[in-house]
Amino acid sequence: MLILDCPWCGTRDQSEFHCHGEAHIARPTDTEKMDDKAWGEYVFFRTNPKGIHYERWTHDHGCKRWFNAVRNTATDEFLAFYKPGEKAPAVGSDQ
Amino acid sequence: MSRYSIVSLLRNSLSYHQNWQRAWRSPEPKKRYKIIIVGGGGHGLATAYYLAKECGITDVAVIEKGWLGGGNTGRNTTIVRSNYLWDESAAIYDHAMDLWKGLSQELNYNVMYSPRGVLHLAHSVSDMQEIWRRGNAIHHNNIASEFLDPEQVKGMVPFMQMEGRYPVMGALLQKAGGTARHDAVAWGYARAASALGVDIIQETEVTGFDIKNGEVQGVRTSRGDIACERVGVVAAGHSSVVAEMAGLRLPLESFPLQALVSEPIKPVVDTVIMSNGVHAYISQSDKGELVIGASSDAYNSYSQRGSFDIIEDTLQAICELYPQFSRMRMLRQWGGIVDVTVDRSPIISKTDVKNLFFNCGWGTGGFKCTPGSGHVFAHSLAKGEMHPIAAPFSIDRFHSGALVDEGAASAVAH
Repeated sequence: MLILDCPWCGTRDQSEFHCHGEAHIARPTDTEKMDDKAWGEYVFFRTNPKGIHYERWTHDHGCKRWFNAVRNTATDEFLAFYKPGEKAPAVGSDQ
Repeated sequence: MSRYSIVSLLRNSLSYHQNWQRAWRSPEPKKRYKIIIVGGGGHGLATAYYLAKECGITDVAVIEKGWLGGGNTGRNTTIVRSNYLWDESAAIYDHAMDLWKGLSQELNYNVMYSPRGVLHLAHSVSDMQEIWRRGNAIHHNNIASEFLDPEQVKGMVPFMQMEGRYPVMGALLQKAGGTARHDAVAWGYARAASALGVDIIQETEVTGFDIKNGEVQGVRTSRGDIACERVGVVAAGHSSVVAEMAGLRLPLESFPLQALVSEPIKPVVDTVIMSNGVHAYISQSDKGELVIGASSDAYNSYSQRGSFDIIEDTLQAICELYPQFSRMRMLRQWGGIVDVTVDRSPIISKTDVKNLFFNCGWGTGGFKCTPGSGHVFAHSLAKGEMHPIAAPFSIDRFHSGALVDEGAASAVAH
């Protein structure tokens, strides 16, 4: 069982949360110029790293708010939690 | 390679089974091969076998970082079926079904394919609508299946609790579905491929690719560089990691998928029972263990472990549907890493790097298609053009939008 540190509510079991995949994928701004290839990349393609992963979570059975986390996908160890809009912290091999 | 038969069994029994020949060779890697397969799981070994057997290409190496079938091939719940919704899926999964039927004879290795039937339970009106829609669709693709009413389900599985938290309103039954021995599939393909001249190289990790002018020239491994004309990557949960070595991104996310087995008991479940609504599926191995599958954990991970709440959810459903199992002890629990696409269909495709092919994205249900996947991928690698059955599973569908949406048929949580 993973244990998460919701930046709004504090430490809770993972069963209260839902993961929404890779974070910091910015919606493209020049959409009228984008071709199918670029749209496909934006919608479906993911980094899926073995190692440091920046990801989005919601606290479904708590405050229901969104936040971001950094986790090592090889070990499942959480390295940081931060609120939306905050700058992604540099951790582990990113330092 | 000596053939397995009653005669060889008797002969070896005279020497107390001390002199059985090793099932496959473990040669030193050569400097160059025509085709290299990255990944020695079921799909990779099947690809190598059909390359040698049907395409006449025996200058093939299978490079595996661990041991054969040590990944998802040895971690799945051994279920075989082909009751998928769309024509493209029906074509490939039923192609595999045709191959399963004669596989033990073809490989001279007992893969223990057991067509004991696969039941998909429906617990609600929407579940019923889903199985009606899928059942009628697959009927058009000549995949035999039957709709069962609750009484017929009860007749097949007398100990099922029909009225409870998960009332059973009906089921879809594919009689040709069932189970096969997962390890035997890997070992059988490995043995047959090795006998035809394929080099199986274990404990050797691919660490990169040699790519020149957008064309693959060979692979870098922990035992040195190996040149080749063409590469087929069949790396399951680690496909994104291997793709990154070639500078490619894939439309995949890797999740843990858990399963567990109970202590062995006398035969009690003589079919495979699945349930989309409650994500708990169960069958019984020939050793007597109940084999129980869960839904995937909904976060990216390569840790080969999942969360306990998934096991708890799964087992509460098992205890609710089959109260007589409530006091059984579970012996082992494990996780595999499944590479999941957004449409729950695989990727069998060329890539932007010439002569570098990928066969991945089988997600939570690749085992059942091991023979079909290997067969069409082998023909694609041999020709350099995708086999017609593999063509709809091109990576291009994530740009064109022509997805093969099997969200309902893949029978796991999404």
